[in-house]
Amino acid sequence: MEHHLVLSVVARIIIPLIMLFGLYVQFHGDYGPGGGFQAGVIFASSFILYGIIFGVKKLRSVVNPTIVRCLAAFGVLLYIGVGVVGILKGGEFLNYNLLSKTSEVGQHIGIMIIELGVGITVASAMIILFFAFAKP
Amino acid sequence: MIVIYINIIILFLLIITSIAINQQDNLFAATMLTGIFSLLSASLFVCLDAVDVAFTEAAVGAGIALILFLGTLASIKYKEKVKNKVSVSGLLLVIPTGFLLIYGIHDIPSFGALDNPVQTYLADRYITGSSKEIGIPNLVTSVLASYRGHDTLGEVTVIFTACIGVLMLLGRSRGDYRGIVDKEES
Repeated sequence: MEHHLVLSVVARIIIPLIMLFGLYVQFHGDYGPGGGFQAGVIFASSFILYGIIFGVKKLRSVVNPTIVRCLAAFGVLLYIGVGVVGILKGGEFLNYNLLSKTSEVGQHIGIMIIELGVGITVASAMIILFFAFAKP
Repeated sequence: MIVIYINIIILFLLIITSIAINQQDNLFAATMLTGIFSLLSASLFVCLDAVDVAFTEAAVGAGIALILFLGTLASIKYKEKVKNKVSVSGLLLVIPTGFLLIYGIHDIPSFGALDNPVQTYLADRYITGSSKEIGIPNLVTSVLASYRGHDTLGEVTVIFTACIGVLMLLGRSRGDYRGIVDKEES
């Protein structure tokens, strides 16, 4: 769809805004609606929009499929890693209270990191799905 | 009061949309109608004060799922093969199941009832305990990420596993990627 001038100009403007909104939803999930899952989908949709407007081939040169696959696994590992840190500190799996000196700060850190893990996995999974389903 | 009317209208629109999806034999139109269905359910969730769920439904159901459907449609034909045959065994299965489901409605506590098992101890426990134990304002996040952390881990694993499944079925190996790129470039 490279010949659609209006679409490509609008996409150029809107893609950074979508990414910014995705990051907002990711890190504002503690205070408003949202969280890792929604943020991941929104962040991935900016890449998918790029792929639709400028072609899958060009998207493949922007995001390396191998790196995206590794990131999908990394998100899950980050989540599990937080749980394992809880065990190493002498608590239960996914016990965030021990991550910091006070339990409240520990909870904040734990929730922030696991939401980041969820976001990374979901965003990468959506991009991988788009690569798999889109016509090469 | 007005929210109840809006809910009823949205539920009717959902029924109309689902019937329209069933009747449609143009797959492109059916895909667009599923997007409308997701958007309607998202607005229903907003009316029911489930903003987080509505957010997810709008992003996943009306956004990504639609894109994946369209991506699939790009590689197959847009027209469904019409089969006008009425399947008797299917009807025999569907009608009793429908009756059983309607019969089962009697045992469900009515919407928002105070003696609902969820409301009697669990919701109370979360609402009173969350601000002290977790200390973040969004109760949904504190339940999802902390109280129910294992469930969310399971969810992420499900997404990851689904992604691996799609890659095994549809993904090309790295060598094939190179082959395609080389062919296109030369």
